[in-house]
Amino acid sequence: MSNKPYYSSITKKIVMSLMGLFLLTFLVVHLALNSLILFNKEWFNEGAHFMGTNWFIQVFQWVLFGGFALHIVFGVILQIKNWLSRPKGYKRRAAMEQSPFSKYMIYTGIIILIFLVIHLGNFFFVKMGWIGGMPLTASGGEDMGQLVINLFQHGGYVAFYVVMILLMGFHLDHAFQSAFQTLGLNHATYWNFINGLGRAYAIVVTLGFVIIPLFIYFKIV
Amino acid sequence: MDLKLKIWRQAGPTAKGQFVDYDVHNISSDASFLEMIDILNDELVEKGEDPVAFDHDCREGICGMCSMFINGHPHGPEKATTTCQLHMRKFKDGETITVEPWRAKPFPVIKDLIVDRSAFDEIIQAGGYTSATTGGVPDANAIPINKENAELAMDAAACIGCGACVAACKNASAMLFVSAKVSQFALLPQGKVEAKDRVKEMVAKMDELGFGNCTNTYACEAECPKEISITNIARLNRQFIGAKLG
Repeated sequence: MSNKPYYSSITKKIVMSLMGLFLLTFLVVHLALNSLILFNKEWFNEGAHFMGTNWFIQVFQWVLFGGFALHIVFGVILQIKNWLSRPKGYKRRAAMEQSPFSKYMIYTGIIILIFLVIHLGNFFFVKMGWIGGMPLTASGGEDMGQLVINLFQHGGYVAFYVVMILLMGFHLDHAFQSAFQTLGLNHATYWNFINGLGRAYAIVVTLGFVIIPLFIYFKIV
Repeated sequence: MDLKLKIWRQAGPTAKGQFVDYDVHNISSDASFLEMIDILNDELVEKGEDPVAFDHDCREGICGMCSMFINGHPHGPEKATTTCQLHMRKFKDGETITVEPWRAKPFPVIKDLIVDRSAFDEIIQAGGYTSATTGGVPDANAIPINKENAELAMDAAACIGCGACVAACKNASAMLFVSAKVSQFALLPQGKVEAKDRVKEMVAKMDELGFGNCTNTYACEAECPKEISITNIARLNRQFIGAKLG
């Protein structure tokens, strides 16, 4: 083997899977905070205030952005190699993939990235004060909950948000078990459990993110 | 049976290549797929045309030479079966059958349905062996091996290196092949001595040759004629992590 720096396919995949598992954990925290708005807008505002002021979260958000960046960069590098590895395709090719959404990870990934930028523009940048439009409470504090509620009054935006979350759900369905497989954590005894847990995670997280805008739009809460 | 065939014809490695339609008649449903191609080739030779070039050897499903991509599947639509063991009764009378070579950058077409799979040999040369010292023949039972590992190693060693995993994978990844070859040694005491170097060298060679990356779609396992399990890929990943961490 030559001595020049070399990051093997497996090394890149391991980084991707570790970052992916990190992002999966982040989504659970994000969903837990979002769900507060279904119970009480003040709780949600307190949660948002905590996230916006706690020093640990402030440092950690940059780690999170780094995690996103690594996941995306390695994902794109791996995908380009995959496209190049079959210069001429088949005339007739059956759907042989056993993990149905695995075929579309790069596409759902790109859509999630676009959604993420829009999402940051809608909420995070407003929260940071980089974009105006933050509603204020009666006492003059930031009313993040009202910002969310205002946005989810628009049917078109709710529909867009729900479609984006569903596409993210497809990404998550493959992601969970795939990360375990890449890290070598596949054992005949536990594999069905890991697969089931991954699918349950994808369904619960997707439904969780979908019901919040729908409940707000249809004024169920 | 009467069948319509759409076969990839390519005169040589740099020739353009195209699909050519053929009709074959009165094929026995008991004929193997290769025998059906033999009949077609006899007819082509009688007409003075170039017969369809294809790889084959043992015709018993154990050598790994046959390599046709039939109706969208490597080795055809029947599970756990090589092309030579595929029989025409698996097709419908009058059916149109599309036959293509394996498609992957490291498997260039030599002619028609024959591809150059020496990339697999290069991966084996990179580390798929144990160093043997000369001397007397050791006693087979001198090294204790537990039953479970012996079985798993044997399952991995069932890989015939046909390349169906690469052909099936949407990324043309060779991970199932490499994982089987790494596993068959990693599970046995004789292979443990060189395990770390083996996995690093074989993975490096696999990457260098231009195979794609595994994205855990598991098409390889579903299409492998020897049903090599994807748990071998997980073992390969574990071996690789272990080797890299020292």
